[in-house]
Order: sequence, then structure tokens, then C-alpha cells
Amino acid sequence: MSNAKPAHQHEYERKQHREEMKHQVISFVMMIIFTFVAFGMVMFEVNSFFIIPTLILLAVVQVAFQLYYFMHMKNKGHDMPALMMYGGAAVALLTIITFTTLIWW
Amino acid sequence: MSHDDVLNPKQMPHDPEKATLEGKNKFLGFWFFLGGETVLFASLFGTYLALNGSTQGENTPEHLFGLELVFIMTMLLLTSSLTSVYAMYHMKNHNFQKMQLWLVITVLLGLGFLGCEIYEFMHYIHEYEFTFRSSAFGSAFYTLVGFHGGHVLFGLSWITALIIRNQKRGLNLYNAPKYYIASLYWHFIDVVWVFIFTVVYLMGKVG
Repeated sequence: MSNAKPAHQHEYERKQHREEMKHQVISFVMMIIFTFVAFGMVMFEVNSFFIIPTLILLAVVQVAFQLYYFMHMKNKGHDMPALMMYGGAAVALLTIITFTTLIWW
Repeated sequence: MSHDDVLNPKQMPHDPEKATLEGKNKFLGFWFFLGGETVLFASLFGTYLALNGSTQGENTPEHLFGLELVFIMTMLLLTSSLTSVYAMYHMKNHNFQKMQLWLVITVLLGLGFLGCEIYEFMHYIHEYEFTFRSSAFGSAFYTLVGFHGGHVLFGLSWITALIIRNQKRGLNLYNAPKYYIASLYWHFIDVVWVFIFTVVYLMGKVG
């Protein structure tokens, strides 16, 4: 652990972090917009057959931003986390379908 | 691991949270745990979706829920997610005091969220006499939302403990993974909340 980093590499990494932070602030703004649209649709009583699928779609996209940008799943070395989360989501979907159609109907 | 040779922030590696074997293991293990948490919350969501029509009277989702408070809670939790991202940004730049400051802001926003939730539950219980035992909808609602609230409380205690315990230590390769894992947990709480405000409150209002 005695090898100190050269100054230019240090500068390069800081720049990379700034770049990533910028993307994260953009995804935060997107998430706020999605939230506003979802609440707005319900508060102003948008009457549509598609309102519930739209609300769920907005939630899924917002969660994707949270996972890929805020929790860094878009970065390298996140294959196992992706496996865990997609595995978890698949079992979660089956669980919800089972509970709503078979167990407590 | 000797602490003396990892304490110097000028020699910190690029990803301090994954630079040691312990850090790598914590990272993997925690994502494994989050996959399990997803399934756990799915079973509570499935129960809620199956039972939210069994209201035993007029305390229905549409009658009870007010969207204004839920909107404020959503904004508090979403903003606290961003502030913990800022904390991790400062961790990667080895700026310990700024990381601590952003985590304190995260904890304050989380406390605001928790206060709103306690107020909401009190309101339902005293104004509407809507409790855990009122109906199957009541049990499913308090279990799902209360379990999430319990996660918020645990996350707040966890982050507060990290802030206090490490205040005099500074950032090193031993505690960087701990901070990183706690921030992942905090983001996951927001992930679950997105589905709660969508499925419970917004879809409850649509009917």
C-alpha cells in the first residue's frame, strides 16, 4: 500500500466522479418528473383505461434509474448484483401473481 | 488487516469500498440480501393486493388516503436518496467531512419521512378508528407500510451509528465498505417506497 497515486491519475478520477455525479443529478430530476406525472394523473383524475398500467410503468422506470444510477448497477463489476436483483424480481413477480390469483382470492 | 497502512487518504484506491477482500464480500453479500428483500416485500405486496378489497365497512383505501401527505413523504425520501448519493461522491473523492455532512442531511430527511408516517398512522387510528385489527385490508396495509417504516427506522439507526462511530477515525479501507453498504440499503428503501406510493396510495385512489 505504499504506492501513492500520480497527480494526473488523481485528477482524472476526480473528473470521472464529477461526470458520474452529473448523470446522477439528471436521473434525480427525471425521477422527480416521473413522480409529478404519476401524482398529477391521479390528483387531476385522468380517466383512462390505461391509468394503472401507466402508473406501474412510471414506477418501474423510476426504480430502474434508482438501481442503475444511484446504486451504480450500470458500472463495471455489477454482474452478480444484476443476477441477484433480476432473480429477486422474477421470484417477486411469481409471488405476487400467486398471492393475488391462488392463495387469497 | 493492519490499520496503519490504509489510513492515508492520499493513497486510497479508486474504489475504496471494494479495494479489500472484506469489502468485496460485503458488496456481493449485500446485493444477495437485497435480492431476498425484494422477494420478502413482494409477498407483502401480494398480500396487500389480494386483501385490499376486504374492508369490512367504509374505511376503504379511497376513503382513507390523502395524497398531499404521501407526496411530501415521497419528496423527502427521494431527496434523501440524492443526498446519500452526494455522500458517496465525496467518499470517492476522499472528502470525509463532506461525506459525513451529507449523511447527516440524509438522516434528517429520513426522520422527516418517519415523522410524517407516524402522524399518518395516528391520524388513521384516532380519526377513522382504522387499526391493524379493523379488517383484512387494515392488517395488510399496516404490515406492508409499517414494515417499510421499520426499514426506514433501521436504516436511520444504522447510518447514525456509522456517522458517530467513525467521526474521529476518518475514512479508511476498513469503514468505506460499511458506508457504501449502508447507502445501498438507503436507496433500496426508496425503491420499495416507489412501489408503495404507486400500488397502495395512487392505485388505491384510482380504485
